[in-house]
Amino acid sequence: MPTFGPQHLWFLLHAAGWTLALSAIAFLGGGLLGFGVALARISRNRVLRGLASAYVQVVQGTPLLILLFMIYFGLAIAGFDQLPALIAAGAGLTIYASGFLGEIWRGCIEAVPKTQWEAAECLAMSPWQRLTKVVLPQAMRIATAPTVGFLVQIVKNTSLASVIGFVELSQAGKLINNSIFQPFVIFVTVAIFYFVICYPLSAWSRGLERKLNVGRR
Amino acid sequence: MTYQFDFAALLPYWREFAAGVWLTLQLSAVATVLGFVGGALCAIARADGPPWLKRVVGAYVEVIRNTPLLVQIFLVYFGIAVLGLRVDATMAAVLALVVNVVAYTCEIMRAGIESIHKAQIEAGECLGLNRRQIYWHVVLRPAIERVYPALVSQYVLLMLASSICSQISAEELTAVANRIQSDTFRSFETYIVVGLVYLALSFVVRWAFWGFGLLVFTRRRKLGTAL
Repeated sequence: MPTFGPQHLWFLLHAAGWTLALSAIAFLGGGLLGFGVALARISRNRVLRGLASAYVQVVQGTPLLILLFMIYFGLAIAGFDQLPALIAAGAGLTIYASGFLGEIWRGCIEAVPKTQWEAAECLAMSPWQRLTKVVLPQAMRIATAPTVGFLVQIVKNTSLASVIGFVELSQAGKLINNSIFQPFVIFVTVAIFYFVICYPLSAWSRGLERKLNVGRR
Repeated sequence: MTYQFDFAALLPYWREFAAGVWLTLQLSAVATVLGFVGGALCAIARADGPPWLKRVVGAYVEVIRNTPLLVQIFLVYFGIAVLGLRVDATMAAVLALVVNVVAYTCEIMRAGIESIHKAQIEAGECLGLNRRQIYWHVVLRPAIERVYPALVSQYVLLMLASSICSQISAEELTAVANRIQSDTFRSFETYIVVGLVYLALSFVVRWAFWGFGLLVFTRRRKLGTAL
């Protein structure tokens, strides 16, 4: 029986690349959608606010696993049954990330003192100018630390894409385990890979937090 | 799109869904209680323990928080099997969830403990309270009260994350769904229904914690303010 060797390590390294790619897709897609959600959450339009709030409730109230299954089978029903697993996984993680990022960013935007909006209004700025020139630059300072922190969640949650057959780190670990059954070595190695990706992000997020001292203002 | 939705096909399975919900709630409840107690102990150890213990707990928290729950579950499940012990999937799932949630609880509680002002402790000393009294009345209880909302969010997320236990065939709600969808070929409908059930569960759990908070934190109720 073969044992865990360099070829397996190489396979895991390759899969780690896919984990990173999927994380990037989820972060970019989730960021775009999440920004929309954040804006809708602070909109003056009551319907838009309600819709965005319901969206956030649904995304945060259902497990990502179920969301992935729903999208995977939903796409198949809609006729896209030949799509690569990357699309379904990317879509699921995008929706997941948008629900959380939208809410994080809403908090950051609302953390900017209201007087800033009013002062900008006094300077005869349009609503869009008020948002982009005055409020967002300040909100972004507050938002960096929690956003980087959430990046860790995204990377970890890409592991769930394995359930719909996308070969990232966890699925690669499972595949290797099926062939040589040395679960301890394999999954410890997989965990180390995740740790190497996530720990620097966590440390960075903590550093940003300390620098801004957001928690103790 | 010519797909005909057929939710009625799932009706005969309601007993199995209910059993899945029950196990999901049991898993979450056990993991929440054990996670809270373990997390509190870890947080105390990290705040006031000997230096070596601080480092060990710190490393444990970092490792757990920077690796996916799925991998942790696999490690526990297969790891126990490799050690030669026979543990059923549900036990392994509980164990993995507890190991996971202890780390998160520890981190949240530590933030709470750190937020207690030093003058409070000194005031406690001036009142002649002993170490244990200070810890319980001045540090721990206000700390828990302060981070209670964060803890609740974490435990709701835990309930949702327990769906990952389906991957080692612990028969909770998601595992039941996986089985039923392969029985009925009504995958999309099954997951929509289960998604709604989880949504309802997360509301129920939130309300339950809110009510529990009202019962336990009487001070807040009297003052009418959130500290």
